[in-house]
Amino acid sequence: MGSAAEFFQHLMNGLTLGGIYALIALGYTMVYGILKFINFAHGDILMVGSYIGLFVYNAIRGQILGFWTIIAFFLSMLVGMVFSAVLGIAIERIAYKPLRKATRLAPLLSAIGVSFILSNLAAWMWGTKSKKLEYPFNNAPLHIGGVAITPHQILILVVVIVMMVALKLFIDRSRMGKAMRATSLDQDTAKLMGVKVDRIIALTFAIGSALAATAGFLIALEIKVYPSMGTMTGLKAFVAAVVGGIGNISGAMVGGILLGLIETFGVALIGIPYGLRDTIAFAVLIIILLVKPEGLLGKAEKEKV
Amino acid sequence: MILLETKQLTRAYGGVIAVSKVDFEVEQGLITGLIGPNGAGKTTLFNNITGLDVPTSGTVHYKGKEITGKSAHSICRMGVARTFQNIRLFKELTVLENVMVGRHFKVGTSPTKGRFGSVLKSFISLGNEEFEMKKEALHWLDFFELGELSDELAKNLPYGHQRELEIARALATEPSLLFLDEPAAGMNPQETEHLMSTIRRIRALGITVVLIEHDMKLVMNICDTITVLNYGQNIAQGTPKEIKRNPLVIEAYLGKEDE
Amino acid sequence: MLNFVLLIFIYSGIYALMAMGQNVITGYVGLLSLCQAGFFAIGSYATAILSVTYGWNFWLTIPIAGVLAALSGVLIGLPTLRLKGDYLAIATLGFGEIVRNILNNWDSLTRGPMGIQRIPMATVFGLKISPYEKWGFLVMVWIFVLVGYLFFRHLARSRMGRALEAIREDEIAASSMGINTTKYKVWAFALGAFAAGVAGSLQAVFTLSVSPGTFTFMVSIMVLCMVVLGGMGNFLAVILGAFLIQFISYFPQLVGLSNIIPPQFKQVLFGLILVVMMIWRPQGILGRAPRMTLNPKKKQPKDSDGGEK
Repeated sequence: MGSAAEFFQHLMNGLTLGGIYALIALGYTMVYGILKFINFAHGDILMVGSYIGLFVYNAIRGQILGFWTIIAFFLSMLVGMVFSAVLGIAIERIAYKPLRKATRLAPLLSAIGVSFILSNLAAWMWGTKSKKLEYPFNNAPLHIGGVAITPHQILILVVVIVMMVALKLFIDRSRMGKAMRATSLDQDTAKLMGVKVDRIIALTFAIGSALAATAGFLIALEIKVYPSMGTMTGLKAFVAAVVGGIGNISGAMVGGILLGLIETFGVALIGIPYGLRDTIAFAVLIIILLVKPEGLLGKAEKEKV
Repeated sequence: MILLETKQLTRAYGGVIAVSKVDFEVEQGLITGLIGPNGAGKTTLFNNITGLDVPTSGTVHYKGKEITGKSAHSICRMGVARTFQNIRLFKELTVLENVMVGRHFKVGTSPTKGRFGSVLKSFISLGNEEFEMKKEALHWLDFFELGELSDELAKNLPYGHQRELEIARALATEPSLLFLDEPAAGMNPQETEHLMSTIRRIRALGITVVLIEHDMKLVMNICDTITVLNYGQNIAQGTPKEIKRNPLVIEAYLGKEDE
Repeated sequence: MLNFVLLIFIYSGIYALMAMGQNVITGYVGLLSLCQAGFFAIGSYATAILSVTYGWNFWLTIPIAGVLAALSGVLIGLPTLRLKGDYLAIATLGFGEIVRNILNNWDSLTRGPMGIQRIPMATVFGLKISPYEKWGFLVMVWIFVLVGYLFFRHLARSRMGRALEAIREDEIAASSMGINTTKYKVWAFALGAFAAGVAGSLQAVFTLSVSPGTFTFMVSIMVLCMVVLGGMGNFLAVILGAFLIQFISYFPQLVGLSNIIPPQFKQVLFGLILVVMMIWRPQGILGRAPRMTLNPKKKQPKDSDGGEK
């Protein structure tokens, strides 16, 4: 390793990447916590949200960078979030809800189907070429003690922290949040206690999808918007959720940050070829499944006999 | 002779201790009852003996050999079979097939332990092997007078028959020791009566039976010896008469019942 | 026109092999594996590399292709199969992508994105089975399908098949009946991969070239669709599924509308098939294979309503 500055540079890069993973991982983990299945379409919901945000932004942003552009950016992100939330709820209603009592395999297969429909519809309607999302500010890096930090990274960190704190407060403090936790612990009992389980599930999908759309819109500044943008990012975020302990909300946050750091430092320090960067996440997945399958913060859960 | 015993068997889930330092003995040839209030750790004890769960500490010995922490399938192959509290049949398989699964490891896996060889051999001599398995399986169905229903899907059987089928499936593995987890749960008095005679017939085959049961009439009637668990601890053991008189048991358990 | 019909049949056969493999894993053991494309790729590249670089005869490369695929199946299966099924789906999905990643980057062996061209044709008794003479190739492929079908059907009716189904129905109960569930799951996984590897071999001598672009996630989804559409747990149904999905795939070309219908159309359709089948007909068009019965004559004995007296 080189200097301390270099270390902090990688740390910064890893943290921003990890923050993104964490935002997406939250959606996987919340859905898994309640419905015990992997929402394969999560990454594609992210993609759709990013497209919508992009379209809105291109329509309303002005020509000159300025305060309005930043407002327009956040406004577009919000529209993308809302659209994704509605999409998430709709997908749950149409493709997952009828399968709640079916075999374990059924919702998984249905989710894969939904994922395939979304990504290909997007390619059909909006083309396979990636679309650029313009920065709402001048993204020239700021140099702080030899560490180059882009305004983009700061934006990501701020948004991620705000979202996470808000989510944590919502789940720990609000009535709906409590109902959500109750539902994930024991759906039947929650129902008996007067929790409207269907509404909680819809809310879970809405929140998870909105967070994914946020993450998508934020990374779109760098990686652009294209139909399969959610696939690999989504997969890795899922790995992050498993690392943290699937079903565990704090775990998703920790797992996301950790995976971001591992990936960044893996390329920078261990010298894993950049082309094989995506492989790191899966190596991490296999290792965690072998060593601690319940994840870092998850509880070992035995099937009731 | 002691067929199976646990020594200081403990199972803790995080801070919750489900089974605590339990010494439990099963005498060969007897019917042993395991009773105790809900949550006393009876099923957990079963699971830790039959390999579905691994004890936090303590040991399990079967026929003098330690089997602590062995996998469920190898414990079954040593002659320990079980049923489940919430019936776990192979629902989409037929009644006959359910029992044939119990015969699975009896064919092909000869003492030579040739793994690939046995798979290959059984693959070639399919007809013979299947015929033998069917014959054996039918024998166990007839034991329960379920032969007529052999082609039904297991899920279509009425509740009482499902319980019986589960026992038939376990017996098909030719166990020396059979664990029954609440075999009479959900049965009406006639069915329970019938079950009691079945359990006696199983003992007559030379099979040692251990059962968890809440139906006190059944337990007191057919068990030779009873062990009582409360809060994960073994608080008493003895003959039904002794247990009925034991003040600890009355306080912990029977006092709360309508008995 | 006839050309397209033959093409559909050839691809139906190649994919039917893969789908039968998927059926062992998904239909029988109830596990969701999403990397038939990866095993397919391994088989294809094994044949391509062995025959082009080392001059091997096609027939000798087939077992190697199958075994290599099976071994990689075991490799990915061992760590994940002990755990809950959901992880397997993700791990296999990742594995499929990693295979493509490696094919793209391991230039010295795979020639990277360019792929390997000029694969020698398969021969029988000195007779070339040219992919341009589609009839001959079609016959060869379907002989493979027939052999595969007989093998898998036999497997399904043996005690191993029953053990696999028992694991699907209730893994805990199966292990308590003396079945080594991990061993059987790994076996099923290896067999499924083997079938895909052999299919890959056939693909290589049909297209006479291989490149990483062929083995996308879409291939795995198509195979999954074939199993779901035809009927999980029924090898004959799965072959039907393979044909139907290939027919849908080539339908635009068949009717000469490939200019109007975009390629994404069929993919959206595949996605829809998965969702719609799960909701309305999870057992597939044909449903599970009929169960073995003792008295085939009185097929559906009525539910007896209680009491054996």
